[in-house]
Amino acid sequence: MTAETAAVVPVMPEALRERIVAEFPKYPEKRAVLLSALHFVQETFEGWIPKEIVPEVAELLELEQIDVWEVIYFYAMFNSDPVGRCHIRVCVNLSCCLRGARGIVRRLEELLAIRPGEVTEDGNFSIGEVECLGSCGTAPAIQVNNERYRENVSAEDLPGLLAELKARLSESEAEA
Amino acid sequence: MTEELRLLLPTGNEDWSSIDEYKRHDGYAAAAKALKEMRPESVLEEVKNSGLRGRGGAGFSTGTKWSFLPKDGRRPRYIACNADESEPGTFKDRQILERNPHKLIEGLLIAAWANTIDAAYVYMRGEYRGPFENLVAAVDEARAAGYLGKNILGSGLDFEIYVHRGAGAYICGEETGLMESLEGRKGQPRKRPPFPAVSGLWKQPTVINNVESMSHVPHIVLKGADWFKGIGKEKSTGTTIFGVSGDVAKPGIYELPLGVPLREIIFEHAGGLHPGRTLKAVIPGGVSMPVLTAEMAMEVNMDHDALQKAGTLLGTGAIVVMDDRQCMVRAAMVIAKFFRHESCGQCTQCREGTGWLHKLAKSVEAGTATMQDLDTIDEVTSFMEGHTICALSDAAAWGTGWFLRRFRSEFEEHVRHGGCPLAGTSFEV
Repeated sequence: MTAETAAVVPVMPEALRERIVAEFPKYPEKRAVLLSALHFVQETFEGWIPKEIVPEVAELLELEQIDVWEVIYFYAMFNSDPVGRCHIRVCVNLSCCLRGARGIVRRLEELLAIRPGEVTEDGNFSIGEVECLGSCGTAPAIQVNNERYRENVSAEDLPGLLAELKARLSESEAEA
Repeated sequence: MTEELRLLLPTGNEDWSSIDEYKRHDGYAAAAKALKEMRPESVLEEVKNSGLRGRGGAGFSTGTKWSFLPKDGRRPRYIACNADESEPGTFKDRQILERNPHKLIEGLLIAAWANTIDAAYVYMRGEYRGPFENLVAAVDEARAAGYLGKNILGSGLDFEIYVHRGAGAYICGEETGLMESLEGRKGQPRKRPPFPAVSGLWKQPTVINNVESMSHVPHIVLKGADWFKGIGKEKSTGTTIFGVSGDVAKPGIYELPLGVPLREIIFEHAGGLHPGRTLKAVIPGGVSMPVLTAEMAMEVNMDHDALQKAGTLLGTGAIVVMDDRQCMVRAAMVIAKFFRHESCGQCTQCREGTGWLHKLAKSVEAGTATMQDLDTIDEVTSFMEGHTICALSDAAAWGTGWFLRRFRSEFEEHVRHGGCPLAGTSFEV
């Protein structure tokens, strides 16, 4: 196997395995770690869950693969397909809509030239619509990846937000 | 104007998330009193006598819930603390978790003493990164200070708190959906009986309470049930954190005694409407609860009895305000879409009904619906209510159906007009 083909088949890094195992003592059953494990997988693999990792997660938690898959598909935060390195989720529930959430989604679509559910060609950005984030008093709200919320966002703030995220991406690229 | 009364939240915009700051404001004094001076059963009596009702939406007596735990000595026994706060319009527990997390920890500790609990799992919605980090840091501080771990304060109680992350599913705020999810499954609610008090987490006795409910326990223990009962109304005691959002000048959180007039919250605390606007509709307790017309909202007080009499419920105390620009069909449509997305799919009435309601609301808004479709909405909601494993189906029926019932003429206008008559002024969907 060449180095190039090896790189496209993700395997569970040892650090990820250790991080999952470290959760075991908190619960009487390993299965309870499943949601945490999938969060850790997403944090390791740029925000989504590569299918090659699923058997390893299942084995580690002593589950069938289907037990893992049905959880992945049930929860809105788990992505079974690639998302952007910066996955921008806009709350579109009532309180945010009353304060202009649709305008936020539209402006993001214009700035990034993608629709919700799509990823930019460079793999850097994707847009998602999300149900109530619990930020109704500071609406509209946005969440980038799994970071702390951006609140009281206006369409005018978005070019600045994207510039900030781009700068961060090129910084981490330079580090790598 | 009724003064804000901060029992749960720090004064002003202060942050009491560090243990030192918390202890400067009576922090852990109640835990010391309970664990050193009170027997578990007298703590339970005090909480029962305070009249404290659950702040997660259903309003059930907290003390009564605790008393359902079996007395057969079966161990371990758990607390599941509901921090899944996902009811649209609701952002109150987050304020406690971010700015006063030790209040919750102290409440859990006292509940553990009262109910002989081995461990508490705080189930927090996955999106709450900030609250998660703050609570985890506070739990570590509490453990270092001897408020968690073995033989706490020399009482003989061993107790631990674990903070567990959800992953984006409203149904996990339903008590048995939460337990399924915590155990590592899809958050599909369980049939009852057995009830969680007898067979909850890992089939063990489990008490489940909302973050705000647990956070009331320390001041009830410290100052007494009678003091707490003196705040609010006879059957709605104490304060609650009202979260106001939508078309008001000052959206935000206001901790007030239960029973304050809704009009006062909107027009005084939250600064009233935007200039030149008039009130049209208010959802008083999160989008699951029946919407009120402006006339109804101007008359009602924010306590369990008054709201029920007015034809709605207190829910989570999340107040969503809409002014005269806004289209009620669009509001119903956003709510119907939410429930369609969040139905867990177990029960046919809910799985099919939520999809149907959303489609019907969309066609009314698009101007393609008939008058008969409006009757169909009514019919669909009636088979969705009271026929499913959990209350999500009822919530979807109320959240959508009451918009039709209380703003029927506006729905009919959409049908006659062949589209949205408020398209020029309403919020976009």
